[in-house]
Amino acid sequence: MPAILMKQISKAFDRLKALDHVDFEVDAGEVHCLLGENGAGKSTLMNILYGLYHADAGEIYIHGKAVHIANPKIAQQYHIGMVHQHFMLIESMTVLQNIILGNEAGRFAIDYAENRSRIDELERLYHFDFDLDKPISVLSVGEKQRVEIFKALYRGADIVILDEPTAVLTPQEVDVLFRILDDMRKQGKTIIFITHKLHETMVLSDRVTVLRNGKIIGSLRTEEVTPKILATMMVGYAIDFDIVKSTFKPGKPVLELRQLKVLAASHATISLQVRQGEIYGIAGVDGNGQQELEGILAGTAKPLSGRIIFNGEDITAMPAAKRKAKGIALIPSDRLQNAILPGMPIIDNYLLGFQHNSMFSHFGILRFNVLKKHADNMVNQYSIKISALEQPISQLSGGNQQKIVFSREAGLNPLLLVAVQPVRGLDIGAIDAIHRQLLQLRDRGKAILLISTELSEIMEMSDTIGVLYKGELIAQRKAGEVTIEQLGLFMAGERPE
Amino acid sequence: MTRNRKYLEDVGFSLVAILLSFLLVAVIMLILGYNPIEAYKALFEGAFGSSYSLSLTLSKSVPLIFVGLAVGFALQGGLFNIGGEGQIYIGGFVAAITGLLLSHTIPAFITLPVAVLSGMAGGFLWGGTIGLIKAKLNINEVIVAIMMNYIAQLMTSYFVNGPFIAAKSMTPQTEILPLNLQLPKIIPNTQLTTSLYIALIMCVLYGFVMKRTVFGFEVKAMGNNLHSAATGGIYVARNTVLIMALSGALAAMAGIFEVFGTYGRFIDGFSSGIGFTGIAIAFIGQSTPIGIILASLLFGSLQAGAMQMSMMAGISANINNVIQGLVIVFIATPNIIRFAFGKRRS
Repeated sequence: MPAILMKQISKAFDRLKALDHVDFEVDAGEVHCLLGENGAGKSTLMNILYGLYHADAGEIYIHGKAVHIANPKIAQQYHIGMVHQHFMLIESMTVLQNIILGNEAGRFAIDYAENRSRIDELERLYHFDFDLDKPISVLSVGEKQRVEIFKALYRGADIVILDEPTAVLTPQEVDVLFRILDDMRKQGKTIIFITHKLHETMVLSDRVTVLRNGKIIGSLRTEEVTPKILATMMVGYAIDFDIVKSTFKPGKPVLELRQLKVLAASHATISLQVRQGEIYGIAGVDGNGQQELEGILAGTAKPLSGRIIFNGEDITAMPAAKRKAKGIALIPSDRLQNAILPGMPIIDNYLLGFQHNSMFSHFGILRFNVLKKHADNMVNQYSIKISALEQPISQLSGGNQQKIVFSREAGLNPLLLVAVQPVRGLDIGAIDAIHRQLLQLRDRGKAILLISTELSEIMEMSDTIGVLYKGELIAQRKAGEVTIEQLGLFMAGERPE
Repeated sequence: MTRNRKYLEDVGFSLVAILLSFLLVAVIMLILGYNPIEAYKALFEGAFGSSYSLSLTLSKSVPLIFVGLAVGFALQGGLFNIGGEGQIYIGGFVAAITGLLLSHTIPAFITLPVAVLSGMAGGFLWGGTIGLIKAKLNINEVIVAIMMNYIAQLMTSYFVNGPFIAAKSMTPQTEILPLNLQLPKIIPNTQLTTSLYIALIMCVLYGFVMKRTVFGFEVKAMGNNLHSAATGGIYVARNTVLIMALSGALAAMAGIFEVFGTYGRFIDGFSSGIGFTGIAIAFIGQSTPIGIILASLLFGSLQAGAMQMSMMAGISANINNVIQGLVIVFIATPNIIRFAFGKRRS
């Protein structure tokens, strides 16, 4: 008898069908991946199971019993717990207080000793090790997530739903998470893991169910499938994984960083050179100066010392507006925060950063006809799915938003493109499209600086690879002359001989 | 398509909010033993019944349009100009004094524009100071603006109680401006002056700047997402100062034209809250020129009709403040209306 059986579930938001007669089944004690692209309906389905949404039609059975889950409180009574992408923790309270919140032991006052001993027992069982008296606000993202998982277990969850848990984690934290999930499986817990990443699905799951456009495409044992099969099921057409790179023909240097100091806490600096037709990839664990370097290259922050040379000209003190005009394009790492105007129409988003370009304005008056033609062009050329240029950009999927940012930055013939985490949070189809576009730019002789924490992306795209560690470019290698293991060591701070 | 639908929805909500306010006040009147139908009839006649009342409505609306534009403009840039009240006093006072000082030596057709422009410059600097403090020291503009309001009002009050008080006057006010400096009336023997035309011109200009210019785009971008705006090469700090300064100049115009039109002189405390009403106007009008004009007409007509209502139906004229207040409450909390119509967002 399955632990969970969801039968013929349908759900619509306005006219959009999010789920269309979905059947979903999870066995007790298994790790079950719910795989699909962004917007496929994975989170919606699980939010229905957790009582956050209500299905328009369909039935839910837990251990064979028909249930009606009106709200999360009832879901918890059926021993279902959920860890959301955005954590539901109270930042100013301690780990202990957050864990026991709503389930405090003690009759009148909270019996902290009793609570602690319960937590200790559970911590031993699952190999958690919290400092219970730390406030949540000082924890890393990975630690916060572990508190969330623990909170679910503490409330007696036998079925734990995790919504894209690795999206916010560093590679090391992903390893820790997978060990915890493994422990939970050994203790007989049932885990539903929402993801769009094939690699995770293959490593982690016993079974996988693929959703596409609100419909179930199939449910299979993981040992019976390959990543290629899953990818085809996910996107609906065969994806050619092998990107062919043309031979590396570097030209003149375009960007030069001379002893650039980006972190106040260390004396280390970054020196590197990016040439025409070259993708220079900067690898490194998140938090080693990537964000600071991004701001400094964008022109919204100043380096602590050092010089930035662009085409022989010192642009260290040049403001963002003038850098754009010089032909420096930027794809920021945080799309929503730094790249788009979410409440404004798509066409306005094409204007941002180029509003002073003589193509789009004369004497301060906008030339909407030219802008419209350009935006139309870009949307067609990059096959971006929109209903109208006047549509607010926030209505688009993350992938289409990113394609708009990419085409805006790359579309006006830049000399240098700085791309920071250009595929973060995107689904396979969009990742593939962006990567191919990057290579096309490279082949057209543009210089590209790619900053990414995804090691596989760096390995696949770069001609030259540098590793950033605590604000220092600790190593530089030609692509093909370094292994993933070596890069991993540099990323952990080991210096090359 | 989606935009038009949203627009219609917004207009619908505003109308419902206004209707609900009138209904609720009618209930209050009934409880207090007044006849709401009679009262509203008087209110309507007082606001639209004759050419005199109509001109009163329009003249009450004009300063609201200026302040509505001022607040709306700042809102579009993500800034909250609650300093309209202070900018009105500064603008009105600087313009009045400039006018009075120059009127003896220079012809009126030069003095008037110079006075108006110097009043606007006063508002520009007064508002710009708020923006400067925000941009340089990152201090919230609301707090600074409120403090600047006190300074402006008390400082002008001091001036017209002391050094600039009119000869032999018992009330704190300046000398009356020479007639040739006062704005011509559109309809004789009413308060409606040509400032109405200037207000409408400013609305058109505002619409043009916001829709068609690089600057308007940059303002909207800042209001939408300050970080993206900065990354996109917009000089955020400089524009913050400029937006607040221009907003201050717009608000100052409300004061200037009250002084040069309605009153003919600067009177201590003449604004009595126009600057704050402007916030409601901008919100109700969604910061669009048409919306601001309509909202100003609504509030202007309430103010104009209140007197008639109190005379005919015996209700205190202050009841119009209750209606205004309720409109603001219902607009500011659209969920009340959504709830009332069963359209709660999940």
